[in-house]
Amino acid sequence: MNTIEEIRSQFPALQQLVYGKQLVYLDNGATSQKPQCVIDLVERMHTGANANVHRAMHKLSDDATALYEGARERVRQFINAPARENIIFTSGTTASINLVASSFCRKFVGEGDVVLVSGDSHHSNIVPWQLACQACGAEVKAIPVLEDGRLDMEAYRRMLSGRVKIVAVEHISNVLGIVNPVGEIIALAHAQGIPVLVDGAQGIVHAKVDVQEMDCDFYAFSGHKIYAATGSGVLYGRQELLEAMPPYMGGGDMVDTVTFERTTYAPLPLKFEAGTPNFIAQASLAPALEFAARLREGEIAGVVEEQERAIIEYLKGALTGIEGCRIYGLPEEASGVALGEPGSKIPLFSFNIERCFPSDLAQLLDKMGVAVRTGLMCCEPLMTRFGVTSMVRASFLPYNTLQEAEYFVASLQRAVRMLR
Amino acid sequence: MTIKEIENEIVEEFAVFTDWMDKYEYIIELGKGVPVIDEGQKTENNLIKGCQSRVWLSCRVEDGKLYFAADSDAIITKGIISLLIRVYNGQTPADILANDLEFIGKIGLQENLSPTRANGLVSMIKQIKIYAMAYNN
Repeated sequence: MNTIEEIRSQFPALQQLVYGKQLVYLDNGATSQKPQCVIDLVERMHTGANANVHRAMHKLSDDATALYEGARERVRQFINAPARENIIFTSGTTASINLVASSFCRKFVGEGDVVLVSGDSHHSNIVPWQLACQACGAEVKAIPVLEDGRLDMEAYRRMLSGRVKIVAVEHISNVLGIVNPVGEIIALAHAQGIPVLVDGAQGIVHAKVDVQEMDCDFYAFSGHKIYAATGSGVLYGRQELLEAMPPYMGGGDMVDTVTFERTTYAPLPLKFEAGTPNFIAQASLAPALEFAARLREGEIAGVVEEQERAIIEYLKGALTGIEGCRIYGLPEEASGVALGEPGSKIPLFSFNIERCFPSDLAQLLDKMGVAVRTGLMCCEPLMTRFGVTSMVRASFLPYNTLQEAEYFVASLQRAVRMLR
Repeated sequence: MTIKEIENEIVEEFAVFTDWMDKYEYIIELGKGVPVIDEGQKTENNLIKGCQSRVWLSCRVEDGKLYFAADSDAIITKGIISLLIRVYNGQTPADILANDLEFIGKIGLQENLSPTRANGLVSMIKQIKIYAMAYNN
């Protein structure tokens, strides 16, 4: 793969027409389309290596287990985790955060304690903590978001008190598209002995993640946003913490010995993988992450980066040029920062246009072939912070071209003319 | 006119549009029309909440017939609402309950009734039926 067109050609779903128009898929923040290598793996498993993992003495189960565990190793490499014990397979970001919220809080959080979440969190990084805190009498507090979309780090410093038992922050907000300074957030928390969970639902896609360099205690992400099959997900956890936490769910595969009186648990990572996992989706993480890694290496990496930069610069200008358009999350300093680094903007733009309601814009764009996201985007507190009930979001992946960005803006301008 | 007759009239009106954008242009024009509910009636009680847009609906009864007023912050939703009101206004609760709404599908706007759109329209139609049930005696 040397060009964006060659990347695109790997994605059958991108080749289709909708309502007679070429599809322009800009809802990548919600889920990515799948490359042929992932489609092939899923098909190969359904037609061949389909048997339950870790359980049987037969060839098919061995094959499925090898693919499942092979994907775990691929994930470990992709985020540079120390060992396979650090990599828990879950059904996605939401399940990963629920696991930590429930299990960590049961062990380490009590009456009057505080869980600190970032104010740009989506519901998956709010509600699990609320549920866990309700059970143990603790409280969830949010780090405020500044007008330009950055986290209020001054406020964060003040909020880090002895009562805070864990900090859970977005790596990149799914609405604002700004890379948060997670390194600094972690260092400040660690200075007080507080562990940090990083929600990497968007981060894994748009930033290079090295969990050891980042020094996070937990990193959660979904496979489906980074080309893998839906239903795959990962929780990276620091081994001491995962060892100390009680199991989240009980069932098959997570046990050592079971009697009616007492059960001992399987060692990591299986301790947290009760029941039959979605082994085909998890196995698809291997080709998906290989694909993602290839786009970050050699010549194509430069092509992708140049394209992303061009799309970001183009959209900043073109959207700002539409009368009454407000982009959420556009810090001035972002321009000078390298892509994926703290403070930088990813190719994800949420905005509102005066006198044009988001769902109206989306419906008209849809009929012109353009798929965008609108609504609360599972991020109601952040919407409230900006005084709106809805936004439009266009989010890009390396398979999106500058021409698509241009067609999107032209279609948007047409929709605006119709609505005004 | 009966509900069915009004529905057929709308279907005929929409038959002239061969292009999606023309159809939406027309719905937007309908949506931009006269305010369909008094601001004072846009209360929490009359609010139907969706993830995408909000819809307000109120109902009054006169001589055994129902009259609706509604609004939405999305103009396309509002345009479809104005069609719904045109169909149901001045009808009896019994007729409204007996009606199986067909015109929205026939004019190609079926996807607006999909629950995943969460634009409040499905809940609004349900609410109209609930009003009809309450006044049906």
